[in-house]
Amino acid sequence: MQENAIEMIGITKTFPGVVANDNVNLSVRDNEVHALLGENGAGKSTLMSILFGSYDADSGIIKIRGKEVRIKNPNDATALGIGMVHQHFKLVHNYTVTENIVLGIESRTRLGMLDLKSAERRVAELSAKYGLMVNPRDRIEDISVGMQQRVEILKTLYRNADILILDEPSAVLTPQEIDELMDIIRRLKQEGKTIILITHKLREIKAVAERCTVLRRGKYIDTVDVASATEEQMAELMVGRAVKFEIDKAPAKPGDVRLSIRDLSVLNSRGTAGVKNLSLDVRSGEIVGIAGIDGNGQTELIYAITGLAPAQSGSILVNGADICKMTVKQRIEAGIGHIPEDRHKHGLILDFSIAENAVLKDYDKEPYSSRLGVLDFQKINDRARDLIDQYDIRAGEGPVMKARNMSGGNQQKVIIAREIGLSPDVLVVAQPTRGLDVGAIEYIRKRIVEERDKGRAVLLVSFELDEIMNLCDRIAIISKGEIVGTFDAGEVDEHQIGLMMAGMRLDAPKETER
Amino acid sequence: MTGKGHKRGIRELLLSSDGALSVMVVLLGFLCGTILILCVGRNPLGLYKAVIQVLTGWSIKLGRWDIRYVGEWLAQSMPFILCGLSMAFAARTGLFNIGGEGQYVVGITVAQVFAILGPQVPVLHWVLALTLAILAGAVWGGIVGWLKARFEVSEVVATIMLNYIALYGSRILIMRIPGTNTYKTPDFPKTALLGSDFLSQLTNGSLLNLGMIFVIISVVAYWFIIEKTRMGFGLRATGFNKEAARCSGIPVMRSVVLSMAIAGAFAGLAGGIVSLGSFKYGRVLASNDGYGFTGIAVALVGNNTAVGTLLAGLLFGMLSSAQGLMQSNGIPKEITFIIQGLVVIFIAIRTGFRMFFKYTMKAKNGGEVARND
Repeated sequence: MQENAIEMIGITKTFPGVVANDNVNLSVRDNEVHALLGENGAGKSTLMSILFGSYDADSGIIKIRGKEVRIKNPNDATALGIGMVHQHFKLVHNYTVTENIVLGIESRTRLGMLDLKSAERRVAELSAKYGLMVNPRDRIEDISVGMQQRVEILKTLYRNADILILDEPSAVLTPQEIDELMDIIRRLKQEGKTIILITHKLREIKAVAERCTVLRRGKYIDTVDVASATEEQMAELMVGRAVKFEIDKAPAKPGDVRLSIRDLSVLNSRGTAGVKNLSLDVRSGEIVGIAGIDGNGQTELIYAITGLAPAQSGSILVNGADICKMTVKQRIEAGIGHIPEDRHKHGLILDFSIAENAVLKDYDKEPYSSRLGVLDFQKINDRARDLIDQYDIRAGEGPVMKARNMSGGNQQKVIIAREIGLSPDVLVVAQPTRGLDVGAIEYIRKRIVEERDKGRAVLLVSFELDEIMNLCDRIAIISKGEIVGTFDAGEVDEHQIGLMMAGMRLDAPKETER
Repeated sequence: MTGKGHKRGIRELLLSSDGALSVMVVLLGFLCGTILILCVGRNPLGLYKAVIQVLTGWSIKLGRWDIRYVGEWLAQSMPFILCGLSMAFAARTGLFNIGGEGQYVVGITVAQVFAILGPQVPVLHWVLALTLAILAGAVWGGIVGWLKARFEVSEVVATIMLNYIALYGSRILIMRIPGTNTYKTPDFPKTALLGSDFLSQLTNGSLLNLGMIFVIISVVAYWFIIEKTRMGFGLRATGFNKEAARCSGIPVMRSVVLSMAIAGAFAGLAGGIVSLGSFKYGRVLASNDGYGFTGIAVALVGNNTAVGTLLAGLLFGMLSSAQGLMQSNGIPKEITFIIQGLVVIFIAIRTGFRMFFKYTMKAKNGGEVARND
């Protein structure tokens, strides 16, 4: 039997009011790719933060290669050969690759000067050994997100880590980059490393992992051999019930054009072109998806439609009327609903109650507000109670519960309830399921399809290709602010979309730009 | 066991309630003041005797009761309450109004000019003077809001600068009034004064005046606007999360102007009440009265709520009117400023207090978990 590289036994960690880890066990064999699977809030990250020394467990034992250890901080973890690649990279953007890698453990020459030469050599060696293809002299701000992730991996290797924790590594990558990441993980294993992969993407687990430990609501559920388990079985372990991956939806019955974008250009926050000459139509009864990598103009496009940023040129027609010069309020009244990408920044007022958030867009109208401008909180609370029932919003304290105290999934339901409740002709939806658990994702996608079937025009922006493929009737691929292709669902596969997301124009079988 | 449970109850209360924390902070301020008095070798009872005399009119030293002290206390508290509301209103809508002082000075100036030059019609004279003071404060605050909304000028910088313009502008203007010397104008006509025989007799000849009615109306109006109206909803939404408010179609720019104007109106009213209520002549201001600045502290202690600001204003008014009595009890009056300062500092570090309570609670819970094992 192989030796266990990591043994975590009976780990319990409580935060005020929450048991994040409840008597969790994890054993990872030497030179194994071990997946840690669970929904958001299942306690994966907490468990790994304990292993990496960021948190202190309330009770439990950690053994590294059979020896019981106490890991009080990340430096202890590093000394034990544990390295972690965080979901949000911790890199200095105007430093070079090498400078970032040596940060904190810089070697010096005899005169006390920084010795970058030898460090650069070592980074190049490591990069070659693991097939990472990173240039030690590149500046972080000049390289892609995928490359930045490799720099993070190099950082751990440079510190001689032989146990690597990868926290949701594929969340920020394109499909091609994900494939490459899978190769890198295989290569790392070949070279004798032990890898823990935190994820909720089953396909990746199937691709590289040997065993998989499942957590649910802070509790250890099971450890399974990946080869002998199906994706459905693992999903069921994760959620605790059978899950449907595909959404049942009837074929779209597109009607009239509701939203028509013509030659739209929008500046981004840095003052350069964010959206360039973009044209797109969305008809009633269809979901049009914008596929693309984060930062390719999606945000600017949505801002221009919803009125959060001015359009530089071009026009946006809703039911034939140009809304470009309208205020946000007028656009809402013209029939635009908006489920924003950043629900805490744009979607909710966290210090407001559910009830106040539920009427955020129509509080100033009857019946919530009298003609003299006095609010009727009775009516507002009734409205909130209705929405709580209709949308199955879990709010322990009822309508007066502060949005801040709700889970992400329920916060999103409040936003969706409000927006759908206003019956908009055009529903602009951005990243509707980001950070939500499988159950909430299923529910929210179902609601979006329902809106489509009611004859709304839905424009969906998502960085998750799965979501686009799953939900949309037509797919427009955006790259560097331009639509590089528009296709009916089923016309192109993930691989082709991935290439277009990276900026390549395909000779499409049937270009359907209307 | 019950004692321990009780203690944790208090901790939880302080964690969950801003009001409870404010009360604790005030008590802490007095405790520190007491220790300071002991340090300078005086009897701290003198402080508390003065406080009791202000609050109830009962003089422990003389064994005599005089309600005039209560009247003076209320009169003293009026500008604190109003300037507190000014700051609080801005704060509730996400703005920082350091300009209360300038808006207050503008209010004083306009009220004084109108008191001397306006038509001497009974009642109408002072009503118009106060109204103009309110409008002047609103304009002075509104300018700042407009600068912020239109040109993204920081309201902090703009209000501070406008404070100077208000003070020196006021001097120039008031000195132009015929018969004015370097520090005072001729006496106001009787019709401009806020003094009320009824209130004065009720409080044995104190300075308490009709301004009190406006203070009470202001507190109620503040509560009503913020908590109950459509306008307040939009302003509060803007204050908590400007981006989400904008995204929901609330006109954020207009909110900023409106909010600063209403904040300024409260401070302007304070100026009007002080000039027509506490003085029989117009003043050529040599320096700031300081109510506008202290209003920031009042709002902080009152957690920007209507009732909280009222109570905090009464506290600051009490400290202010206790000064004379403290001195006659052998306590340096500067102690009141130190207590004020300490209260503000403690309020400012309340996040720290909260963290401390959370930490001690966690340590306790942790200990219990360990014992159960």
